[in-house]
Amino acid sequence: MKVTLNVNGEGRELDIDPRTTLLDALRNHLDLTGSKKGCDHGQCGACTVLVNDRRINACLALAVMHEDDEITTIEGLGQPGALSPLQRAFVQHDGYQCGYCTPGQIVSAKGMMSEFDLGWPSNVSDDLTAIPDFSRTEIRERMSGNLCRCSAYPGICAAIEDAAPEEGLKNTKAAE
Amino acid sequence: MKPFDYIRATDPAAVQQAGGRIIAGGTNLLDLMKHQIETPATLVDVTRLEMTEIEQSENSLRIGSLVTNSELAAHETVRRDYSVLSRALLAGATGQLRNKATTGGNLLQRTRCPYFYDTTQPCNKRAPGSGCQAMEGANRILAILGASDKCIATHPSDMAVAMRALDARIEVESATKGTELLTMDEFYVLPGDNPEVETVLQQGDLITAVHLPAAPAGRQSYRKVRDRSSYAFALVSVAAIVNTEGGKITDAALAFGGLAPRPWRDSGVEEVLIGEAPSEALFDKAADVLVADAKGHGDNDFKIPLARRTMKAVLSELTGVS
Amino acid sequence: MTEHLKMDKVQPRMLDETGQGAIHKPMTRPEGPLKVSGTATYAAEWSLPNMAEGVMVRAAITKGTCEIDESSVKDMPGFVGIYTDRMVRNSAQGTMGTNPVQPEGEVHYLGQPIAVAVAETLEQARDIAQSLAVKYTPADGAKTVMDDSTEFEDDDDPVDMGDLDKAMSEAAFSIDSLYTTKPHNSSAMEPHAAVADWEGDRVILRGSLQMLGFNKNELADSLGIDVSNVRILSPYIGGGFGSKLGISPECVAAAVASKKLGRPVRVVLHRNNVFEMITLRTETRQRMRLACDADGKLTAIGHENWQTNLPGESMAEPVDVATHFLYGGENRRYGQHIARLNRSASGAVRAPGEAVGQLGLENAMDELAEAAGIDPIEFRVRNIPEKSPESGLPYSSNALAQCLQEGAEMFGWSGRKGPKERLEGEWYLGMGVASAARSNILMESRANVTLNPDGTALVQTDMTDIGTGTYSILGQIAAEMLGIDPSKVTVELGDTDLPEASGSGGSWGAASAGSSVFLGAKGIRTKLAERLGCSPEELRLQDGVATGANNRRPLAELMDGPITEEGHIEPGSTSNDFEQAGFGAHFAEVAVNKVTGEVRVRRMLAAMAAGRILNAQTARSQVWGGQIWGIGTALTEEIQHDRRTGHIVNNDLAEYHIPVNLDVPDLDVHFVDERDDQSNPMQIKGIGELGLSGAGAAITNAIYNACGVRVYDYPATPDKIFPHLD
Repeated sequence: MKVTLNVNGEGRELDIDPRTTLLDALRNHLDLTGSKKGCDHGQCGACTVLVNDRRINACLALAVMHEDDEITTIEGLGQPGALSPLQRAFVQHDGYQCGYCTPGQIVSAKGMMSEFDLGWPSNVSDDLTAIPDFSRTEIRERMSGNLCRCSAYPGICAAIEDAAPEEGLKNTKAAE
Repeated sequence: MKPFDYIRATDPAAVQQAGGRIIAGGTNLLDLMKHQIETPATLVDVTRLEMTEIEQSENSLRIGSLVTNSELAAHETVRRDYSVLSRALLAGATGQLRNKATTGGNLLQRTRCPYFYDTTQPCNKRAPGSGCQAMEGANRILAILGASDKCIATHPSDMAVAMRALDARIEVESATKGTELLTMDEFYVLPGDNPEVETVLQQGDLITAVHLPAAPAGRQSYRKVRDRSSYAFALVSVAAIVNTEGGKITDAALAFGGLAPRPWRDSGVEEVLIGEAPSEALFDKAADVLVADAKGHGDNDFKIPLARRTMKAVLSELTGVS
Repeated sequence: MTEHLKMDKVQPRMLDETGQGAIHKPMTRPEGPLKVSGTATYAAEWSLPNMAEGVMVRAAITKGTCEIDESSVKDMPGFVGIYTDRMVRNSAQGTMGTNPVQPEGEVHYLGQPIAVAVAETLEQARDIAQSLAVKYTPADGAKTVMDDSTEFEDDDDPVDMGDLDKAMSEAAFSIDSLYTTKPHNSSAMEPHAAVADWEGDRVILRGSLQMLGFNKNELADSLGIDVSNVRILSPYIGGGFGSKLGISPECVAAAVASKKLGRPVRVVLHRNNVFEMITLRTETRQRMRLACDADGKLTAIGHENWQTNLPGESMAEPVDVATHFLYGGENRRYGQHIARLNRSASGAVRAPGEAVGQLGLENAMDELAEAAGIDPIEFRVRNIPEKSPESGLPYSSNALAQCLQEGAEMFGWSGRKGPKERLEGEWYLGMGVASAARSNILMESRANVTLNPDGTALVQTDMTDIGTGTYSILGQIAAEMLGIDPSKVTVELGDTDLPEASGSGGSWGAASAGSSVFLGAKGIRTKLAERLGCSPEELRLQDGVATGANNRRPLAELMDGPITEEGHIEPGSTSNDFEQAGFGAHFAEVAVNKVTGEVRVRRMLAAMAAGRILNAQTARSQVWGGQIWGIGTALTEEIQHDRRTGHIVNNDLAEYHIPVNLDVPDLDVHFVDERDDQSNPMQIKGIGELGLSGAGAAITNAIYNACGVRVYDYPATPDKIFPHLD
């Protein structure tokens, strides 16, 4: 089946089996292997990509269902020599070890920031109607969809906090 | 995953005409299709349909079935007036999954029973008549209420538990019956002898919206007990809305997750509470009613006392009884 | 030339003299930009021309035989082939160096690999694998549970010193407790994957493997070919934790299929396959018997364990490994009993032995300290022996007391109260401590080091970096020894065509591979000293300039071309003459919900003594990893087997609960500065597993201190706790 995907600002034409997930389309057909496959069932977050600025698990999406969408992968955030603030901060704070969950963590963090921008609450927000705190606990809860078995969580949180201003985080108490 | 014909629906009529399995968020369906637990020959993509709005009127909130779990949890009115729903949504899954999962799809999530998931194992829900391995197997996460001797699966949704407490009604468009509004009691079917049947939906039926009645009076809470602090299904969850006036409980709605094949609500529990002054003794009496017919299967026996304790703690929180 | 050292005697502390400043301090990882941009290439990400895709087929019965009906799928779209030849039963045990069991049509456990389905695309291969008809003939006698009726293989010659029973009966205080731990899965985030391609008779395998020197032999043996016909490439590995120590089924399957087809084949394990086909940590039962006199001096230690494995697997979890040398006491008894079950094979998972053994020992120590009315830290300190209590060997270094005491001070231990004395809302708060110990091991290892006249250097070895920081520290060691900035060093790893290293496992990688790089660089220093006209001891290399014997010359002037030296380290008598181990202390503060029994860890501190620290940042990350694994083992991680079929019920990451970000509080790591002269020429010790040893016990001891519930059956899920609360 012919499908055009808009990935990292570029239209890419594909002829794929309708069963192909967005993740497998990226990894096996578009040579964008930055999005990782850790579980293939939405249980680890390693495949996190942005679709129209919202983070999702690419393994639980059919490529054919995302024809009109803007898809952003880790490769679209920055490359060696031109890393994004989040990517630089992950290096600086050792927000990884083996590196396999890392692209998913970074893309998820990017998506999480835009959710903060919208003022979305989380399960650890004390007051649902208030602007959420950009606190460690809030970050931890919101990043809990990205497993890291090397257990770099402290470095991941530090990197996210560090990069937030440069990434343009707004609409949180911390940013006020 | 078995091959399927992919059809992108442009209007509800096309959905009924196509007659295949409906896909929206796909977060559960694709998971199941990869395991060949679900093997639809036709997949009807409904994500282009106009069911993405949350409409507020004087006495209700109409939530389009394509509203994502994230959008619903973050909606201003929901956060303010239906906080139990917002809390339940936020207690479920992860940011990524909530961004993809839809209101309609969440209602139709299938069980996490491990024997349902392993296609080498008998399972009456997946392969009717093959038997239930869970009954005497690893059933720590399975049901103590509403189950049958054919199936002890639990319904995994958090959202639906809150909706049950909120007296939500599900708007269904069907080719034969037109548009219907079903209570959740009408919508979900208990397993009985046919655990493969989970709802009254027929092929081609489309959930178009969920209706919430006017915001209830009183205080609301959603409490979820689980094995890790986030990203885990409920062992027990309680959605509660309790109103007290003049030292007495005037209204109470309690729904439970993790205990039963569908979001569980027992009017007997609420009858014990309504009209009485809140007290620990009263909560005990209500808890007695909740678990009166509860049946453990070994690994999940603990859910009976845990459900009691959690319900009582929630009632204490909402009524101020310490 | 080769600079060789057999570690028979103490070596000078050269790294304290070199002065380049490339080690000790935190340094970011050189491969970091690749990892954060998704451009580091892991095994499954190699895409070769005309590559076919393979998906494993798992057995649906517990025991018996199977026959594959290829005709059931051969007309399916994209079908390429079904292969069963040489299929291995499970991943090889670490350092085995030979083929895993190849059962040839027999099924020994449910979930065992029995075939690989190969097709043109992944989608087709997955469907074919799931559609394949297999005729099973079940056999009787499957054993699937370890219980009181199980037959056990007992170890032949367990340690039995003095008279444990007598000491127990005569003691002022004693405890006799049974602890149980459930099986654990490594759950590295990258599933096992292989891309196989043949160049004539030589297979090139891109895999995700920890120990290439052993793995090439395991693959050769599994395929029945000479090891010279195997090349393995593993430059990036998405976590290992023991699960990638040995060659695994997808490697053999991909190689066999690729050979038959004459085209590259990729096989990636599904996460369910990872749970079933790859070795996991056994469940354990541990009987702890401890006794002490009225002064709190241990008189008896008994640590007996029961565990499980598949028939034919050599590995046994060394549950009591640290118990042998951690505390004194004259009467000591051990015992190990293995049940042979038809369940997924047991093998090494991070810190085999200590990860579970310390849960038993350190909780029992807490129990006895309480019985004796002595503070748990004081009780431990009183029982640190002068020398190793069984072997009589001196410790190479032992800073346990310092770790406990400095850690207590930093953690605010003096604020600890008794059970149920600290209540915050619905939450009881408490603190716990546990000792950490992990044997230190040196393995034979080789590396080539090349220094170029322009002041750049190259390190080459088949060593792996599974996230532990090998790229970082090998570059730092070379930089320090050669007097150049670490950014000038390129490190090439993960290729069996390079000199053979120790591999990653047993926390020996930094010491072993690191020493080989140290030695290679030392050989280069000797040559430079000759050219400068000074002794190697006099030579000073800093920022690309050599100084010695009143001479000072830039490298470019001293060198007319690159200098390459091989470094070669071998363990020697210091491994036998000293009890070598890293030591440490874990501290945890937890909150226990009095309604639901849910536990949340509030904060943790690890005080670690592991010799010289090469890179404070990557070492800290390793300890963080250990602490968080401690949270998992204490609270959430548990493989559940079906009692009847033995299959793994929760074979995915939704129901096997590794800690998520929210489970992890602020973690402090304190390194006690140390040099271990007996360990290796760099005076370092392993850190990766030390950080896990005892970490979970600190948490369960804190649970007891919070609410008075002693958890004997790990993990401490809510159902184990709330029934004991009011």
